[in-house]
Amino acid sequence: MSGDAMTPTLQVRELQTNFHTRAGLLPVVNQVSFTLGRGKVLGLVGESGSGKSVTGFSIMGLVDAPGRVEGGQVLFQGRDLMQLPERERRSLRGNRIAMIFQDPMATLNPVLRVDVQMVETVLAHSRVSQAQAREQALQALALMGIPSPHERLKAYPHQLSGGMRQRVAIAIALLHGPDLIIADEPTTALDVTIQAQILSEMQKLVRERGTSMIWISHDLSVVAGLADEIAVMYAGRIVEHGTVDQVLDAPQHPYTQGLIASLPSANRRGTRLRQIPGMAPNLLALPSGCAFAPRCSRASTACTAQPEVRLVDQRLLRCFHPGSLTETTA
Amino acid sequence: MNPAPEASTALVDLQQVAMRFGAGAAPGPLTRALRHIGLARPAPLVHAVDGVDLAVQPGEVVGLVGESGCGKSTLGRIAAGLLRPTAGQVLVNGQPLQSLDQAQRLAARLRVQMVFQDPFASLNPRLRVSRIVGEAARWHGLTDAAGEDDYVAAQLRRAGLDPALRHRYPHQFSGGQRQRIGIARALAVQPRMLVCDEAVAALDVSIQAQILNLFMDLRDELGLAYLFISHDLGVVEHLCDRVVVMYLGRVVESAPVAQLFAQPQHPYTRALLAEIPRISERRAQFNAIRGEIPSPIAPPSGCHFHPRCPQAMARCATEVPTLRGIAIHHQSACHLNDGSASPAI
Repeated sequence: MSGDAMTPTLQVRELQTNFHTRAGLLPVVNQVSFTLGRGKVLGLVGESGSGKSVTGFSIMGLVDAPGRVEGGQVLFQGRDLMQLPERERRSLRGNRIAMIFQDPMATLNPVLRVDVQMVETVLAHSRVSQAQAREQALQALALMGIPSPHERLKAYPHQLSGGMRQRVAIAIALLHGPDLIIADEPTTALDVTIQAQILSEMQKLVRERGTSMIWISHDLSVVAGLADEIAVMYAGRIVEHGTVDQVLDAPQHPYTQGLIASLPSANRRGTRLRQIPGMAPNLLALPSGCAFAPRCSRASTACTAQPEVRLVDQRLLRCFHPGSLTETTA
Repeated sequence: MNPAPEASTALVDLQQVAMRFGAGAAPGPLTRALRHIGLARPAPLVHAVDGVDLAVQPGEVVGLVGESGCGKSTLGRIAAGLLRPTAGQVLVNGQPLQSLDQAQRLAARLRVQMVFQDPFASLNPRLRVSRIVGEAARWHGLTDAAGEDDYVAAQLRRAGLDPALRHRYPHQFSGGQRQRIGIARALAVQPRMLVCDEAVAALDVSIQAQILNLFMDLRDELGLAYLFISHDLGVVEHLCDRVVVMYLGRVVESAPVAQLFAQPQHPYTRALLAEIPRISERRAQFNAIRGEIPSPIAPPSGCHFHPRCPQAMARCATEVPTLRGIAIHHQSACHLNDGSASPAI
């Protein structure tokens, strides 16, 4: 089932997802390409509306109207998911590819007990007995570090705390030992202590099983500790993509630099934070060239054209004026 | 620290305040009968806040941190006068709130205003921004019909919004702009202090920087004090003068910000600080505090933190540690402090 060792788990090529609204056409995911190797973690970072979640939904094949995936390829272990009939796609979804959402209640059915939901998920993709399915569910809960899993199986979602619910939702995503996990801000709504617990479980999983993961987040510091690579999205496009150290220690794109510089930890205590001027662009009225140009201190006439992806300092960049920070980030 | 000598200067001084939820009136005969046959259960009693002292001085920025359910929002609402504590005293200008007459109480209430987490939920979607910002000021006589328009424009400008947008509705603004409207509304009644309850938690990083800068500017311009409630320790470290750490309704540690981050004393504070994800840590080893946040309905005995504490001793399960000074302006509630030198102050 899984391709040979050389085939990357996921290759996304020029993915284009548009939303057809009454106000006009929104290019929410715009020519997004990246490759994710086996056992690697990609941090997909961006602000609200940058298209990072829709990228995840597009890979899963879960984009709803008025959105439509209108171009590009998504190769999962070498097979183009876009060309697969819906039945085959469905047999992969929840089985080989799983998604974890920010709100665990988007995954959990509030009127079913945890065991019912988990057994149902097991039986959806494998032919095992009810008892075996239950056993698998139990193991998945234990794997996520859930205390007294026997009792949790009999609970309804509302009887669990927020952190526990999210761990149950993750356990469901892990039931079939997927090769690819798309995690859409799963710890954003949780306390730091619970976040640390979940991050540590996910980290162990990736290491032990060689699962590939896309971790979607607006929080650079979470991604820093977890990811191998970081892709920064702005207005539907990936503007910078490199290893964690490249992107965080020596960012080249002015937007990445602005994001990192605006973190409180990058500024001296009590001083004004450096901020990116202006506001996030309206996708309906994108500038003809680089979408970041109106907010960019380095913008020039060249930026009225769309910058193509090019290799700068060993990372992929969409910028006419890449360069290191002139100011030092603490 | 004993609050008595400096109480008169504090903007708000909470003394041994407690807040219990769920303790309603005595049950009627029907409820009692239903309970008897097992069809109804008494509402659980939640000790959201359990004997907390907190004073905020003029111009001071106090950070209030802790996990969900630790009572930090409840304490913030008590400080803002939105909740009346079930026990303890609220002193405003050194006078107990109960002793004030109606007019004084109104004035006291105006002095402390709140900024909420969710800018989508805290603005009335059917009112124009001019009314949202101007209504309270007008009612309290801070402006009149003739001057309201200018007054609102001035508040919006101070919050960093274009006054030309004042005739729009909240849905026509972005999240960051809406938070600015909420701030303009709070400023419109000329408060001395803002209680910010996770005011930047819902915002993107770049917008968060803008709003934090606005808070710092307002502090410089107006001498505003803040009670800044947040779970984001990075933000708290940047903005605050003093940090108060709560765990299950009690204060476990309180210290000036530099000291708290450099020398945390309480095992809970230390664990909390250890878990802040930092951008400088790559392929980090995440080590979590063990266990769940216990339910405030049935908190653990003794020190509430003892089931999760790596240094718990036998007495932690039975004896509640008192909050006491361990250095200048530094208080901690932990039995481990007894082993060290005699407390300063």
